[in-house]
Amino acid sequence: MSDQTLTGEAQQEHEAQTEHEAQTEHEGRAHPSDRNYVGIALILAVLTALEVVSFYVEEQLGALLVPALMIMMIVKFAIVVMWFMHLRFDSNLFTRVFVSGLVLAITVYVGALMTFRFW
Amino acid sequence: MALTEERTPLELTTGEESVVEKPLGAFTRPSSNEGWRSWLTTVDHKKIGILYGATAMAFFAIGGLEALLIRAQLAQPNGQVLSPEIYNQMFTMHGTTMVFLVIMPMLAAFSNYLIPLMIGARDVAFPRLNAFSYWVFLFGGLFLYSSFFLGGAPDNGWFNYAPNSGVAYSPGHGIDFWTLGLQITGIASLVGAVNLIVTCLNMRAPGMTLLRMPVFVWMALVAQFLLLFAIPVITVALFLLMFDRLFGANFFNVEAGADPLLWQHLFWIFGHPEVYILILPAFGIVSEVIPAFARKPLFGYPFMVFSGIAIGFMGWGVWAHHMFASGVGPVSVAAFSLSTMFIAVPTGVKIFNWIGTLWRGKLTFTVAMLFAVGLVSQFTIGGLSGVMHSVAPHDTQQTDTYFVVAHFHYVLFGGSMFGIFSGVYYWWPKIFGHKLSEGIGKLHFWVMFAGFNLTFAPMHIVGLQGQPRRTATYPEGMGWDLMNLLSTIGSFLIALSFLIWVYNVVRSRKNPHAGADPWDGRTLEWATSSPPPVHNFDLEPTAGHLDEWWHQKYEENEDGRPVRREEFTYLSQVDEPSLSRGGRQPEGVDVSKIHLPSPSYWPIVIALGLPLVGYGLLYTYWLAALGGLLIIGGIVGLGLEPSVDPEAGHDEHDDHDPGHEPDDGQEAELVAVGAGDGAAGPDGTTAATTTDSEPT
Amino acid sequence: MSVSEQTAMAPTGSAPDADDHIAHDAAAPAHHTSTGLSNEKLGMWLFLGSECLLFGGLISAFLLYRSKDVEGMTGPAVGDLYDIPFTSVSSFVLLMSSLTMVLSLSAIQRADHRRARTWMLTTAMLGASFVAGQVYEFTAFVREGLGYTTNLQSSAFYTLTGFHGVHVTIGILMLVSLFVMSLRGRLSAEKTETVEIVGLYWHFVDIVWIIIFTLIYLIPA
Ligand code: HEM
Ligand SMILES: [Cu+2]
Repeated sequence: MSDQTLTGEAQQEHEAQTEHEAQTEHEGRAHPSDRNYVGIALILAVLTALEVVSFYVEEQLGALLVPALMIMMIVKFAIVVMWFMHLRFDSNLFTRVFVSGLVLAITVYVGALMTFRFW
Repeated sequence: MALTEERTPLELTTGEESVVEKPLGAFTRPSSNEGWRSWLTTVDHKKIGILYGATAMAFFAIGGLEALLIRAQLAQPNGQVLSPEIYNQMFTMHGTTMVFLVIMPMLAAFSNYLIPLMIGARDVAFPRLNAFSYWVFLFGGLFLYSSFFLGGAPDNGWFNYAPNSGVAYSPGHGIDFWTLGLQITGIASLVGAVNLIVTCLNMRAPGMTLLRMPVFVWMALVAQFLLLFAIPVITVALFLLMFDRLFGANFFNVEAGADPLLWQHLFWIFGHPEVYILILPAFGIVSEVIPAFARKPLFGYPFMVFSGIAIGFMGWGVWAHHMFASGVGPVSVAAFSLSTMFIAVPTGVKIFNWIGTLWRGKLTFTVAMLFAVGLVSQFTIGGLSGVMHSVAPHDTQQTDTYFVVAHFHYVLFGGSMFGIFSGVYYWWPKIFGHKLSEGIGKLHFWVMFAGFNLTFAPMHIVGLQGQPRRTATYPEGMGWDLMNLLSTIGSFLIALSFLIWVYNVVRSRKNPHAGADPWDGRTLEWATSSPPPVHNFDLEPTAGHLDEWWHQKYEENEDGRPVRREEFTYLSQVDEPSLSRGGRQPEGVDVSKIHLPSPSYWPIVIALGLPLVGYGLLYTYWLAALGGLLIIGGIVGLGLEPSVDPEAGHDEHDDHDPGHEPDDGQEAELVAVGAGDGAAGPDGTTAATTTDSEPT
Repeated sequence: MSVSEQTAMAPTGSAPDADDHIAHDAAAPAHHTSTGLSNEKLGMWLFLGSECLLFGGLISAFLLYRSKDVEGMTGPAVGDLYDIPFTSVSSFVLLMSSLTMVLSLSAIQRADHRRARTWMLTTAMLGASFVAGQVYEFTAFVREGLGYTTNLQSSAFYTLTGFHGVHVTIGILMLVSLFVMSLRGRLSAEKTETVEIVGLYWHFVDIVWIIIFTLIYLIPA
């Protein structure tokens, strides 16, 4: 995290310079355009459709159903977080903060549920 | 009342800007920093810290009285002092008070007061939210305590296990006050956590890299992260219980098939991180005090920091050690038993580091140092009995006996409270300008130390002999009589020691001024006057080292021994006596140009809405609606009000173009000391801005 | 907790001449903080990290109680009442509101205030239709005999989805406030971050629903 300290100053200047085009560049990676956003939303829509379809073809999927649904859920989640919430383009610190909460939540709650379930 | 006095005639607006400045039109913004009213509207982290501390100490007295009643009841077998109902309320309120209304706010007090000073900031990141947190905490505590007058206090212990917490077993409103009250104080903690984390990460003075932050700041930061993630877990538990009790949900309704272990899991997933929230800042305090009085840098600073972080992580993986006897399966028991043993390792690292710091140091046993060393020794005892609990078969013998009570009092009293008192004696001269008396303080320490051990050491014995906790009486002939009597005597000694402290506080106003740096301190808070000016520092601090202030005062000679520099500069105007031994006043600073966030009514207004919602849920929804209105209105008011009042303090420098002012306002909220680093443009102070060299 | 959300992002200050965007070029929103990141945004991310544990707890409570075989359980099981086509549509609506949200942000960053406002309002409307759908779903369930207190599952289900609904509602309120501020010219160029922060909250609520939709609705008990 300490590396952030040093980049702070530089980044301000950078932001001040680019001003209104600031959207086009931030920490080196291009921000998506509106067109990109629509494309991403299309992917999300398709995934949602697939999710619903797999719910209806449950029989055929058999044991694959749950993993398939989980994977699609994770992909959707990741797409929204990385693109719509800009974590892909934003400071690492945001990612770390959010991911620690997320991972912590998954760990403790899955742990707790496991103590109920199996042992 | 406070509001109406400052009322200005209703301005009939022309529909333009002035509306924006006074959102509700009627009241002018508070602007004074003096007088009692300023305490209601202050957004100064130092005042808020003092408010937290004073409130927590008041609750400490109340929680202590409850403890004395418990001990009076248990002094002899078949005690008659309290009825079983009242006894239950007493130990419940005692535990809840000490954890949520004493130690947590006490540590919030230190964090609030010290973090900005130690990292060289002018204030916290969100000053008004800071005030909000305090008021929410206060009103939450008062709300909880109002239960005594409204049909009886909660009576199910501080961990409030299901299904005893259900309406069937606790029909009064007590537990409702508990759930709602803790939800309210939880909001305070959560907002405070966000605020202080952002402060630590974002408001550091130039050069103050993360690994130059004092250990106290680090430990507080870890504790705030723990709060950030633990509060929502207990919030879930509290909501579920509240819905059960108020709206007939079934979460803990065993008849409907509910599993009471759900409560235990949620509570302890919160609960174990919580105990580290209670101890880590205290660890931080003694990590500042011990080096100061051993006249040595802290031994193994990086180990201190990383063991603190490790504790923060591992603290999430041990919660079920509170549930060994609750019927979790053998694999879980084994896993949690192991993880609990491991968590003692980073804790041990800290103990060794303190000992390493003391080793061959030039020790001065001031009261602060006595309490710090007291923590190291007493906490170790508590840590060891903790490791005994971690052995699951052992724990099945000890759980729910006085042995556990002994354990957690050694860590919480011998640890957290001793740490807090150490900090109180150490920073008192900084906060109030004069020391507490050392003589009376030593008496305070020794009486407290003796009383504490007399109270809690015997509990180990009766605990192992099987005396159950939370039971209002015990029969004769169990062999517990003597030990219980000793405990009771000890508890009154503790009460006496507290009174000695109060006397010390009252008397201390007559003590001479202590000067800016009475202990020859190492960290930046000692570089400014005592008490510090509203804006904390005239000169903007910069940090080139860990223990920056020490490095400004001392340099190494050829043999690597520290020698005092001829001359060094304080960071704000100090009193004459502080100037001996090389200190210089800062020069050429125009402090009138430093903009600070202005006081505001809104935090207290919003906070006031919360207990109203609480009462509303219990009695009549109209009250809840009123509370809701206050909250929403307050939020709107807060949102529309610039953080720095554009009309405040402009008499001195009218060089602004009015269109600019709101931006300045926002900046001052974003930037604390940044306001001084030239970046704030026309308002920046003239302080030096070098990042990595020491200021001259 | 809504309090902290609201205030954390509450805009500070005012911009009398906000419609004149060029005038503000000199006052670009540079953040003079140690990390170079804005306090408000960092605060929001911290808050969202914390919210993960809130929703995690509620979801776990539901999963625990749904998987529990209660002998002689009163009322229907939640899973038997789901109307998957309906919920799929409302999930889709919420998902698309994330798109409109991000379009609104991108518009306001280009200083295209009119378009930003349009998208803002669209987002709020999509959110509102989602909440309306939820109200409809709840009433349908109640009509089928599944009240809040009927059984373990029902309490857990309504609590979880209710919490989510309240979050959406708070988001709608924030969007409407932004809309009004923008109309009154108080969302000037340097305040676009407020929109971004509200957006973060909005997307978070959306991803929580992505999880709920899969774990609660689609994966069979
Ligand atoms: C060396 C580290 C520690 C270990 C291994 C440890 C272990 C344990 C265990 C296993 C229990 C459960 C005993 C039972 O109920 O049967 C326990 C209880 C407790 N511990 Fe610790 N502990 C440690 C440090 C701490 C610290 C630092 C604190 C607080 C500052 C603390 C506060 C408590 C409290 C309050 C309880 C009792 C909760 C209750 O039942 O009401 N412990 N500890
Ligand atoms: Cu524990």
